[in-house]
Amino acid sequence: MSQSRSRRSTSGTLSRRRALIAGAAGLVGAIARPLAGQSADQAARARVPGDPTRIQGPGGTDVGSRSSFETPKRISQGGGARRTATQTPLQDLTGIITPSDLHYERHHAGVPAIDPSQYTLLIHGMVERPSVFTLADLKRFPGKSIIRFLECSGNGGRAYRREAQDIEVSPQQIDGLTSTSEWTGVPLAALFREVGASPKATWFLAEAMDAAVMTRSIPMEKAFDDALIAYGQNGEALRPEQGYPARLFLPGFEGSSNVKWIRRIELADRPFMTREETSKYTDPLPDGTARMFSFVMDAKSIITEPAWPDRLTGPGWWEVRGIAWSGRGRITRVDVSADGGKTWQRATLDDPVLPKCHTRFRLPWKWTGSDAMLMSRATDETGYVQPTTAALLAARGPFTSYHFNNIRPWRVSADGTVRLAGGAV
Amino acid sequence: MRSGFLLFVCWLSVAIGIAAQAPATPLGIGRPATPDEVRAIDIDAAPDGHGLPEGKGTAASGATIYAAKCAGCHGAKGEGGSAERLVGLNAGGSFAYATDGKLIRTVGSYWPYATTLYDYTYRAMPFTQPGSLTPDETYSLVAYVLTLNGVIQDGAVMDKTTLPKVAMPAHDHFVPDNRKGGAVVK
Repeated sequence: MSQSRSRRSTSGTLSRRRALIAGAAGLVGAIARPLAGQSADQAARARVPGDPTRIQGPGGTDVGSRSSFETPKRISQGGGARRTATQTPLQDLTGIITPSDLHYERHHAGVPAIDPSQYTLLIHGMVERPSVFTLADLKRFPGKSIIRFLECSGNGGRAYRREAQDIEVSPQQIDGLTSTSEWTGVPLAALFREVGASPKATWFLAEAMDAAVMTRSIPMEKAFDDALIAYGQNGEALRPEQGYPARLFLPGFEGSSNVKWIRRIELADRPFMTREETSKYTDPLPDGTARMFSFVMDAKSIITEPAWPDRLTGPGWWEVRGIAWSGRGRITRVDVSADGGKTWQRATLDDPVLPKCHTRFRLPWKWTGSDAMLMSRATDETGYVQPTTAALLAARGPFTSYHFNNIRPWRVSADGTVRLAGGAV
Repeated sequence: MRSGFLLFVCWLSVAIGIAAQAPATPLGIGRPATPDEVRAIDIDAAPDGHGLPEGKGTAASGATIYAAKCAGCHGAKGEGGSAERLVGLNAGGSFAYATDGKLIRTVGSYWPYATTLYDYTYRAMPFTQPGSLTPDETYSLVAYVLTLNGVIQDGAVMDKTTLPKVAMPAHDHFVPDNRKGGAVVK
């Protein structure tokens, strides 16, 4: 990397973004300096001594914080007073782990406040021993930690229903409803063995203790495959917005089925047909049907750098970076194209490559300085290849809902600006 | 001392040996749930009627409750407002949602099961007072919304026997997920 990219934070204000682009303009090969509206940086800069080697720094603290120069933020679409979804700033992240305070949120009735000492999980229905577990009980069972992504099934709608023109949207605005954490908890299978689950049970209901008393029906096979009742996230207790003190975690399954703040599980021999799994999270198809219980998130990838609002400051070598993931297992390869899909090159995958987990890919790219179109294409271990927009449109129809995993195209213009390409590219 | 230490080592080996075995199930963690505990929060209502409580209601009683508790967000006749539209059918009963962006999604046009309307209204509505409706109020509201959608006759009584028998127009349009990974995009 012989050149610097313009610093950016799409989570900042519009004026900040404009300032960044203005600052980058004309400074080929140099670090782009912000000009105005940089309150966070300005404030941080005021605290920086002229020569840090000449003054003792402050001592340790109880709880750390980011450098004052780093201000990644979740944002929400619409942005009313009451936010029901916030998006992870994918373009500001490195590696595969999402910092817990930047994990995307989606909730249906706000974030409930729950006293962990009063918390219980009831398991009943088709079981030999209907039982109540406290949080301490759950933590007493043999536990397990796994690093897995979690994604809202509505993620990526902006990449599916694109406008005719190129548009200025960031990876966060396109795909910010996906995050990866290390999740720690008790395998649901252990709890089901404890209560004596009936072999005739085929579904279980998971119910939350938020004001929506959110419910989803889940097939029993998932419980005996890899489901967790999770109480830990990235080395500490779950965040309240991630289900504190305990949530259902279903690796690879659409986010809404991973019921947070879980209070009750009922085993049955049929699904419960709750509102979310009938009127909401179903996927209309061109043949006049709608798919139900479409849990698994198919393979997907997005280039997070370079992407809007990046501006390449000049021709030469750049690293194309992004994340790929599949709800069906490991990512086996990611290919990158700089010519709109005519030719592809295999990207490098960073270790670890885990099943049902964000996987970091990289590819050096020599930009000639003329128009280019960057694309990434993920393949998973089932042999599934991330489809083109045209292929997915043909299979699902333009107005289907959820599961938008088509290839995301970024147009790089000669002036170095990067935008989500318009049309059915 | 030394023999005591050896004894301790022997005991430790045995203890580790036991611990390394697969634990018997159940482990004895947690406690039995009482029937009252289950009843207190077992509020789900399934398509076969399982879980629907005693009580009943009609559109007439539902209209009054709707005006007071629902119309503010869902519109005077379920046409929608700050909250989603509840009432209305598409021309010809069209279910071409994937290809026609103008189709409306309502209880009458998209919901496959009438029991879902009871279950959700009872557990989560009204938005500002969730969990405050009685079974009679809920049956009444369900009857009112189904009547506005033309799904049931005005005057029909909704209760734990009649509600599961209501045939929803969209019921037959729903299919199981047929995606299985592999090369084919579905």
